[in-house]
Amino acid sequence: MSASTDTIDNFVASDYKYGFTTDIESESLEPGLNEDVIRFISAKKHEPEWLLEWRLKAFRHFEKMENPSWPHVKYPPVNFQEISYYSAPKKKGDGPKSLDEVDPKLLETYEKLGVPLHERARLAGVAVDAVFDSESIGTTFKEDLAKAGVIFCPISEAVREHPELVRKYIGTVVPYTDNYYSALNSAVFSDGSFVYIPKGTRCPMELSTYFRINAANTGQFERTLIVAEESSHVSYLEGCTAPMRDENQLHAAVVELVALDNAEIKYSTVQNWYPGDEEGRGGIYNFVTKRGMCKTNAKISWTQVETGSAITWKYPSVILKGDNSVGEFYSIALTNKAQQADTGTKMIHIGKNTRSTIISKGISAGRGQNSYRGLVQVGKKAVNARNFSQCDSLLIGNKCGAHTFPYIEAKNPTASIEHEATTSKIGEDQIFYCNQRGLETQDAVNMIVNGFCKEVFRELPMEFAVEAQKLLDVSLEGSVG
Amino acid sequence: MSSTAVIDWAKGAAHAFAGIKQRGISMLPFRHAGITRFQETGLPTTKDEDWRFTSLKPFIELPFEIMIESGSQTIDQSAIGDIAFSQHDTDRLVFVDGNISSELSQISEQSEGVIVSNLASASPAIENKIGNLSSEDQNPFIALNDAFFTDGAWIHIPANSTLSKPVHIVFLYTAIKAGQASHIRNLIIAETNAKGTIIESHITLGQAAASTNVVTETQLGDGSNIEHIKLQDQSSLAIHFASLHSKLGGNSCYAFHSFALGAQLSRNNLRMDLTKPGIECTLNGLYMTRSRQLADHHMIVNHAAPHCDSHEYFNGILDDQSRGVFHGRILVDSEAQKTDAKQTNKNLILSDNATVNSKPQLEIYADDVKCTHGATIGELDNEAIFYLRARGLDAQTARRMLMHGFTGEIVERIQQNDIRDELNELVWSRLENEHHLN
Amino acid sequence: MLEIKNLKACIEEKQILKGINLTVNAGEVHAIMGPNGSGKSTLASVLAGREGYEITDGEVLLQKNDILEMAPEERAREGVFLAFQYPVEIPGVNSTYFLKSAVNQIRKHRGEEELDAMKFLKLVKSKMKELGLAEEFLKRPVNAGFSGGEKKRNEILQMTMLEPSLAVLDETDSGLDIDALRIVADGVNRLKNQNNAQIVITHYQRLLDYIVPDFVHVLYNGRIIKSGDKTLAHDLEEKGYDWLIKDS
Repeated sequence: MSASTDTIDNFVASDYKYGFTTDIESESLEPGLNEDVIRFISAKKHEPEWLLEWRLKAFRHFEKMENPSWPHVKYPPVNFQEISYYSAPKKKGDGPKSLDEVDPKLLETYEKLGVPLHERARLAGVAVDAVFDSESIGTTFKEDLAKAGVIFCPISEAVREHPELVRKYIGTVVPYTDNYYSALNSAVFSDGSFVYIPKGTRCPMELSTYFRINAANTGQFERTLIVAEESSHVSYLEGCTAPMRDENQLHAAVVELVALDNAEIKYSTVQNWYPGDEEGRGGIYNFVTKRGMCKTNAKISWTQVETGSAITWKYPSVILKGDNSVGEFYSIALTNKAQQADTGTKMIHIGKNTRSTIISKGISAGRGQNSYRGLVQVGKKAVNARNFSQCDSLLIGNKCGAHTFPYIEAKNPTASIEHEATTSKIGEDQIFYCNQRGLETQDAVNMIVNGFCKEVFRELPMEFAVEAQKLLDVSLEGSVG
Repeated sequence: MSSTAVIDWAKGAAHAFAGIKQRGISMLPFRHAGITRFQETGLPTTKDEDWRFTSLKPFIELPFEIMIESGSQTIDQSAIGDIAFSQHDTDRLVFVDGNISSELSQISEQSEGVIVSNLASASPAIENKIGNLSSEDQNPFIALNDAFFTDGAWIHIPANSTLSKPVHIVFLYTAIKAGQASHIRNLIIAETNAKGTIIESHITLGQAAASTNVVTETQLGDGSNIEHIKLQDQSSLAIHFASLHSKLGGNSCYAFHSFALGAQLSRNNLRMDLTKPGIECTLNGLYMTRSRQLADHHMIVNHAAPHCDSHEYFNGILDDQSRGVFHGRILVDSEAQKTDAKQTNKNLILSDNATVNSKPQLEIYADDVKCTHGATIGELDNEAIFYLRARGLDAQTARRMLMHGFTGEIVERIQQNDIRDELNELVWSRLENEHHLN
Repeated sequence: MLEIKNLKACIEEKQILKGINLTVNAGEVHAIMGPNGSGKSTLASVLAGREGYEITDGEVLLQKNDILEMAPEERAREGVFLAFQYPVEIPGVNSTYFLKSAVNQIRKHRGEEELDAMKFLKLVKSKMKELGLAEEFLKRPVNAGFSGGEKKRNEILQMTMLEPSLAVLDETDSGLDIDALRIVADGVNRLKNQNNAQIVITHYQRLLDYIVPDFVHVLYNGRIIKSGDKTLAHDLEEKGYDWLIKDS
């Protein structure tokens, strides 16, 4: 308890810890979206012709599509011409060869964010790729990973160094035609991480990418691709923050996971983009497509702690194509102030004996609106498919909302699907009980919320579970009057 | 002789009014508004979220012949004797293709002020009550019904009165010719502390693919208590569209039981508005489908006032290539504190080719509420089978017993004893005779 | 009555029972005690024929017939009754209907005349009276919405009605208050005669104040490590299981 009390004390003044701006000279494209912009990005990253062609095809498709209206969120239409699609810290000469040559201001930024990149302070056992606006500024532990045959690098580098791998898998799980924002992302994606785990390899350390939006009026279009070859194993974590600004900024990411036979991918997200202020001014629009493909006996597990962003729209999904494959989704989504979240998952059961588990915990406070939206689909051939879903909502105060929109479809008589959802509030008797034992009301709320989320925290890698718990406490600050 | 007006979907429906105009000019503006609304929206497609899993293809492929009079006037009294609940002591209103049949109806003397009658014979004074609850609804079938309804039940229970007997409303469809389309309108008003039981049966007589579009509006006063049982047991070619709009008064109690056993395509839209405190609202339903049937229940329970309870229980058993669709939405307004809302949808699939689509949804804007929902799709519970076998029952008997239990769960909630028992038997015999139980 | 010889069973490849030997004669009451996870409930499940257990060795003879190959319902008809630790809720299935079906299946098997509705009701009502159960019970669906105590009492009612030759009570006392405990014990004691036997699986000595066992066995790690008379239960109450486990 004392840990979270400390945390709260620290943030009485400012409740978004990561709202600072790094004053650094950037090279940014003028706002606007057209084929020239796409050609510019592609050229900037020295991409091969096939990738440029793919981007252009995606863009032409995007132009024919319409912004989806089904999510349970409200926001003014995004003007895609007012966004800059490329911004990166200005490089001196050819740019840094290694982390030692990176602008100290950038290193300092990541230090402040709690992700030190330089050698002596690095997080032990965690390799980090740091993405600043549209470019990766460096990746740690690269050499150690290379020894194990693991590739972990910015995707723009992978396009140059491992084109055959990227070409083989990019767009195979999330085609650019999938949805509005995946089409946009495919056209203008800037950077993100590429991970390749060779056959039979257990990745020797946690991999993580830290996304930072710094420049104003810039969109970030992260693209991440993780390929786990047969019988390999990897655990990956991403973190996200952005400065406090009055304007909304767009983060439209695509993440693709490929788990081949017997492989296992664990993907964790701690999303803490700037959520905007009490009035709903500013904050990130987080429109993300995340999907994984499981081959025989493979397993993909998504864990997310979503506390930031003005609007979140994401459904990390698993296509359970191979027999006996397993999909999991563990989620905590917190909306406070004027935040809106429409998040959940899709579990598509295609293979036999496929299993999926969905545990979703939504917390609504302030004027936050929190929706769970999920699809569980059992195809004709998915004999003995099993799903269990549990979606719980917790409301704090009476100006917020909690919504549950599950879609359940079964076409096989041997399927077993169970969906349960509950909605509750923090009971006055619970608070009183805690008060009577000497706890502040806010501490009591934090404690109860942490208890509510326990099943999900358990799924996070150790180091991050503690962080995530603190983050939740901070995000709840001011939720009780 | 029958008289029908044929609608050409492409050209619109305006000229079909010729026949319906004779129903009286006072409703004409209402009918016009209906057809205008319908022409603006047209029929829904599976691209509409509300119709995503329910294709109207079987309906669209039919001709559309609006029934203005009954298809046949010669229905023998004995036909009534065969239908469910006819042996119970009830008042009976019989409609043939959406038109009252005085010969077949049988109404006993009612206590003062109680009206059990048909809309077409009601005083024009009630006309302004028609559409009060339903016309805001965007469902195009309501617009169509506004335009073309012929008749339906009109039941009025004044304050502190009770229906002396259950009222059995029997809708018969002659179904002589494919495309016959009956449009029925029911209006039920129960004033303060009124009580009663209403049973609604839909039965097809002929073999042709005929359609039904029935809109029912129920208005319940404070403290009233109404039980409403609906049995849709139409032929395997019939198409059935129904909507029920209920506005419930403070401390009122409304239980609606839906049994969807027949029709190739059936859709029940239920909309409950809980606008005053202390309401207890139950929606309870069973669908059993086989061959290529589709049964769809689509409901919105709108909690707009505090201290209300709502429960939705829907069970489905699906066989062959049939499809069950459940869409349940509970809306809890920020004013509706202390709401207790519960929703369950359970499905048993008996064949390799049946499909279930379930969308149990909660939309909650108040914090001090108890809302739960659950949906299951699957086979019978193995632990329960073991429990029964450990008591000496063989595996097949155990399965049957559980299956019956699955339907019994729903049937049991009917308060009216004799009706419940008859439904129980009806459901069991259907299961035994028509479904693959082993 | 019952002979268990070197019974070994596993679940999902994990060996739970590692060679159980037990003989129960007609007219006897045996108590099986042991710490959590020792295999008590597995033994009960294996006797009743629950799916998911693999018998790797040994045999179980009930009146000289091997029951391990029998379906659960055949065992029930042969006289095995398992009072479930967690009685299953079966919504929608009426208790009377359920119990009448079970009683008649077993009567048929024994070559007795099936009971008609009137005779059955008369019988069940008299049994309920003996057990102090409200008739209301019969109108409700099997176990659905019952409290923990009601479920256990319903198990005893079923046992009384089915008159098993071997009753296995799997932690029937857990979660019961003292009054319910008395009802359960009373039901078991009434059933007892020279032609049947009972196995009472329990965690606590408390139940054995009401059902006096002829033998007490301690099950630990899949084996019976100690057998004795009722005084053994008192020793366990005083000293716990540790002293036995150390010795074993």
